[in-house]
Amino acid sequence: MWLPRLPTDRLIRRHAARSDLRAPLVISQKANNALYVYALEARAQALGLHKGQPLANARAMVQPLCIVPADEKADAALLDGIADWCDRFTPLVSLDAPDGLFLDITGAAHLFGGEAAMLATVTKSIAGHGFAVQGAIATTSLAAHALARYAPATITPPGGEAQAVAPLPITALECDDKALRALRHAGLKTIGMVASRLSSELSERLGAGFVTRLKVMLGAEEKPLQPRRALPDLMAEQRFAEPIVTEEIIAASLLQLAQHLSTILEREGRGARMLEAAFFRTDGKVERIAVRTGEPLRDASVMLRLLRQRLDALADPLDPGFGFDLIRLEALLAEETNPVTISFDSNENGRRQIGFLVDRLAARFGEPRVQRFVPQDTHIPEAASVAIPAQDKDFDQQNWSLKRLSGDPPRRPLRLLEKPEPIEAGFPLAPDGPPRFFRWRQCRHDVARAEGPERVAMEWWRNRGLTRDYFRVETRDGQRFWIYRDGLYAQDKLEPRWYLQGLFA
Amino acid sequence: MNKSAKLAELRHSLARYGLPNDRPAVPLGPAAVDTVLGGGLRPGALHEVFVRGWNAGGFAVLLAMLAAGTKPLFWVRPDYEAMEYGALSPQGLLELGGDPRRLAMVKVRGSADALSAASDILACPHVGALLLEMEGQPKCLDLVASRRLVLAAEESGVTAVMLRAGAVPEPSAALTRWQVASAPSSPADDDWGNPVFDAQLVRHRQGGLGHFLLRWDPEHGCFDTTDIGVVAAAPADRQAYPQARRAV
Repeated sequence: MWLPRLPTDRLIRRHAARSDLRAPLVISQKANNALYVYALEARAQALGLHKGQPLANARAMVQPLCIVPADEKADAALLDGIADWCDRFTPLVSLDAPDGLFLDITGAAHLFGGEAAMLATVTKSIAGHGFAVQGAIATTSLAAHALARYAPATITPPGGEAQAVAPLPITALECDDKALRALRHAGLKTIGMVASRLSSELSERLGAGFVTRLKVMLGAEEKPLQPRRALPDLMAEQRFAEPIVTEEIIAASLLQLAQHLSTILEREGRGARMLEAAFFRTDGKVERIAVRTGEPLRDASVMLRLLRQRLDALADPLDPGFGFDLIRLEALLAEETNPVTISFDSNENGRRQIGFLVDRLAARFGEPRVQRFVPQDTHIPEAASVAIPAQDKDFDQQNWSLKRLSGDPPRRPLRLLEKPEPIEAGFPLAPDGPPRFFRWRQCRHDVARAEGPERVAMEWWRNRGLTRDYFRVETRDGQRFWIYRDGLYAQDKLEPRWYLQGLFA
Repeated sequence: MNKSAKLAELRHSLARYGLPNDRPAVPLGPAAVDTVLGGGLRPGALHEVFVRGWNAGGFAVLLAMLAAGTKPLFWVRPDYEAMEYGALSPQGLLELGGDPRRLAMVKVRGSADALSAASDILACPHVGALLLEMEGQPKCLDLVASRRLVLAAEESGVTAVMLRAGAVPEPSAALTRWQVASAPSSPADDDWGNPVFDAQLVRHRQGGLGHFLLRWDPEHGCFDTTDIGVVAAAPADRQAYPQARRAV
């Protein structure tokens, strides 16, 4: 699909009522220190202006003229939004910057009544939102790109690209000016004429890249597309003739979709690990919520419960606007799962129940907030363990190793401050010893007992910091801290700083 | 049934404080403490721990660890507590005798979220214990909320330990209430460093009160009271302790 007037359409849609848009709208862009016409409205084109014209000429030709500077970011965002909305036709949508979209309709055309009907539907729907749009269907992306721009509404039969593309002018190839001039010199005016030449001649004059592009355009080769979203494993959707707004109907339709999905999953012996519900609004916006589970899930009521928890936990509640006209439930990741047997092993059952609890908590608060820990093989205390979302992997097999010897008191504190906090330390009795008192968080602590130093060197290959001497200290009123000196005297720094990193139990 | 048999039966049930058969009390270690508690820490109940100082929160962690046993331990932690008191170091938990593989941490934004997470966790009977950290004096933690937690814990058998730092005690439906501060280790102790707590059982719905000096023994996974020494009286206006924060 090609939206020839995307920048101006964006502005006209938004400011339809403004008075200064009564004049024809032209968008200007600066190039080579001069202003050129970047995009123009239909009326401006009818008055004889064209793209790429110097702005001064345009202003001289047509008065009054409404000129707005180009905003490519906003245009790209709008194209993203339209691509999101085109998700309702096919899940494989990719961007053809700056003003086009590729929709891969392999296998989806029959749902809309055939290719011709689908092209008409898509064109009408996008045009209904206020955009000028042209489209074409072909087997390769480049051929469709060229046809949409120069021969709109063409549907090429499979293998018929060469014939369909032949009458197009050579500007449809979109190669650089030098190549265009060379082709014109040679008297080749249409793509058909270029194709009739030997590829060895063309590659000699214009490069192998040109020949590949030509081949793709003629349908002999294919350049793969990058879809914007991953293709879901399974999908169930429901369209509404009348857009729905009320919560009960939304919940009921979600339940129906979940049941449909669960029957398909059961038939295939799979379970869903990642679910996404997409709500398509009539005004073009698409809202999505996603939920992850630890174990493959097949039960429709549990799916619905997790989705409801996520919906309830959203910061802004789901806003239907004028209504949703399509609700889709996708299983983004479906895995093999064994049939659920009632296990007499209570451990297995308990593990599964804990897994469900973790799923519910993760759906409510967000996956990163429910964590379990894995040990890391490093001496640096703050990196000694890593918190990972609890649904990610199995944690029972981790190996944790004790730092203290049997019978000794703990060597590592129960709590570690996120960032070690600097403390003002009184001068130590021995150069390598602990301080006699220190000031932390506006309180003074007198050190009664101290043990150390435990020397921890930073990872020299990462250039990460100075060697630390850790001390386990107990203050006179019974509080136990873990402090360290950052750097060694006389070697790293003249006045090394002291930090408090941990609190013992 | 004759009178003496009935009396014996009543005495027996009173001695066990009505514990159901499949939920034995979790002994803390020292006989004095266990007697006062009626056998030990009662599972399926809510225990409140009010702490002063930076270290005494470990007492609640150890209680929860004992109550959980081999089952999973869930720790619900508001973001403020993580910033103020530091993040949990699983290595530290391991050094105290705990098992980091059994620990799941739920980080919530505030008190309301914490209570809702707690009610969900207390509904699952396969959880061993819940450690609920609450910040300050939140308005949502009133008598009704604590009663709800108590009922949920009774139903499922999950022990709930509520850790309140920087708070003053208010009416609640908890079974026991402790006020804990960190105590210095004995001067004669060469192997100092094991956690020592000055723990006061200030409220007990079904038993007596007490004031204990407890030291944790990581090797045996229990408290003990041997040769700890004299505790200096906790001064009321000591600079080193954070003051109670007012209502949230």
